Amino acid sequence: MIERFDPLKGERLRVLDEDGQAVPGLDPNLSDDLLRTLYERMVQTRAADAKALKLQRQGRLGTYAPSVGHEASQVGLASAMSRDDWFFPYFRDLGTFLTLGYPLADYYHFWMGNEAGLRTPDGLNIFPISIPVASQIPQAVGAGIAAKSRKLGIAVVTTFGDGATSEGDFHEGLNFAGVFRTPNVFVCINNQFAISVPRSRQSAAATLAQKAIAYGFPGVQVDGNDVLAVFAATWEALAVARSGGGPTLIEAYTYRMGDHTTSDDAARYRTKEEVQQWERRDPLARFRLYLGRKGLWDEAYEKEVQAAASDLVEKSVAEAEARPPASVDDIFAYTYAEAPPDLNAQRDELKASLPEGRR
Amino acid sequence: MIMTMVQAINRALAGEMERDDRVVVFGEDVGRDGGVFRATDGLFDKFGPERVMDTPLAESAAVGAAIGMAALGLRPVPEIQFMGFIYPAFNQIVSHVARLRNRTRGRFTAPLTIRTPYGAGIKALEHHSESTEALFCHIPGLTVVVPSSPYDAKGLLAASIRSDDPVIFLEPTRLYRAEKQDVPEAPYDLPLRQAAVIREGRDLTIVAWGAMVPVAHEAASAAEAGGVSVEIVDLRTLSPMDRETILASVRKTGRALVLHEAPKTCGLGAEIAATIGESALLSLKAPVMRVTAPDITVPLPKNEDLYYPNTDRVLRAVRKLMEY
Repeated sequence: MIERFDPLKGERLRVLDEDGQAVPGLDPNLSDDLLRTLYERMVQTRAADAKALKLQRQGRLGTYAPSVGHEASQVGLASAMSRDDWFFPYFRDLGTFLTLGYPLADYYHFWMGNEAGLRTPDGLNIFPISIPVASQIPQAVGAGIAAKSRKLGIAVVTTFGDGATSEGDFHEGLNFAGVFRTPNVFVCINNQFAISVPRSRQSAAATLAQKAIAYGFPGVQVDGNDVLAVFAATWEALAVARSGGGPTLIEAYTYRMGDHTTSDDAARYRTKEEVQQWERRDPLARFRLYLGRKGLWDEAYEKEVQAAASDLVEKSVAEAEARPPASVDDIFAYTYAEAPPDLNAQRDELKASLPEGRR
Repeated sequence: MIMTMVQAINRALAGEMERDDRVVVFGEDVGRDGGVFRATDGLFDKFGPERVMDTPLAESAAVGAAIGMAALGLRPVPEIQFMGFIYPAFNQIVSHVARLRNRTRGRFTAPLTIRTPYGAGIKALEHHSESTEALFCHIPGLTVVVPSSPYDAKGLLAASIRSDDPVIFLEPTRLYRAEKQDVPEAPYDLPLRQAAVIREGRDLTIVAWGAMVPVAHEAASAAEAGGVSVEIVDLRTLSPMDRETILASVRKTGRALVLHEAPKTCGLGAEIAATIGESALLSLKAPVMRVTAPDITVPLPKNEDLYYPNTDRVLRAVRKLMEY
């Protein structure tokens, strides 16, 4: 399917139109169960994201990068992955984390300011959130090289924004992937902004997907607000990767509905009209229409899904907030496999300077 | 077996690759060519292209890829062709390699050994003579190792590859072929984080590493002829630093001279002097002195010899210390 959409011709894969109507021949015909799961994950993502913003305003969570508007991209790509695949995220990946089974309480715990939240539970192949832009890309490629040489038959997915495509690590990473023909799937979440700088200031190329061509592998632009399009493209790219067919670049074309982070004010650099235009393309609303047509959605179901999401969110917040603060030992213990004596002396000196309760 | 340092490094790599099939070597020219200094000579033929990989010319991606390889269970040993070309990888090293263990509370680690030739004295072009070890010693989580002899090079490199911590392994190019030594054929490792007293003396301690160790030796022999007994501490692991060995020596001799070929300001000499000041002040008969490169860019080959400390400069400092 990917081959049918040539980024150089401005073709973009879209399964659902804005009325939630599937384009004939493109609908991946997923099971009812999976369709509902996709929707439920998107609802959870939006609820968890809105809660994080609230907590931030109340001073209960630190600077936060919201995911609102990205639900279809995040849930779509993660739902296509299998448990053995590896994931190298960027910093705006709430829906991806939730879909891959990362505990929401851990996710909150991290954004509340504690590294303990980034300790991926055993059994999940999720690398920690990467904040230096694009730096996770070569890492994902290295995992791809290892997966290939160890013949694991798995794929490695990494996400990044449109700004990341201007970084050297994007070029170096994709170039490595092409040369080593690694089982990587690169998903660029093009949300049109790197903080305030618009997509047009990142690259003179008509699409970001077409950059893959120069690295010697396919690239495809998909509608990032269409969960079925993102799922279908990722599913296919993963299958190609796992079977030795090499990497793919997917550009999920979407829009950042929120600010860059809670420290940003997007009103300084974009118009209300532009944002309103994108509100009409809301990924949840569109998918709801599709589900409705299939008889998989009604008001009662919606209530149920919202209630379950809200329940998950509240429980996760409570769990994250109930965790003890990091101790002095915690912040020292993981610098080396075994701390050198100097470091232990520094730790003890710090402890001695603190009141009893903070040691 | 009698061999040079670069041969000892080659044997260490081969030995560790034989011991542990997770060890992989990669970088620019390390494969078919065997590395520009021949450090990886023969490894490509012996271990094949999946364990000895020529990569595209991109230092950041090489180190970044090493992190991902480690996540999937490999023990990567990337080579950066010269220390002067490591800076494109600095972000990967500082922002990820050094912190991955801490960031994930131990779930993920980066047991890499990043090898790179360093230092002046081989009459090379600009950027091929850098000695910026202090940049890496400043970063928590990294281990920085510098051998000064073939025997140490083999044992310390083996230990670095076996270490669960990331190691920046700096190979003094000036010593690659300067000296031959009897080095055991069988694999062995030497302890990291342990300095070595490689010459015992009573009057003064010289702390040195890498290519400055032979300079310290020469100066010590000349001083000895003049009646001054010099002890030499070869630091070997620069960070985390073995402060106890330095302090024990200085407490005994009462005088300390730090010798390094890196620029003076914020060089490791400052850290060593501060350590001695903090913990052995009352043993000192004179202030701690530093003999270092000046705070200038390494000159091109015609004037390179003016840059790095030589025996005469060390002896002048020894005299000052003794006359203080």
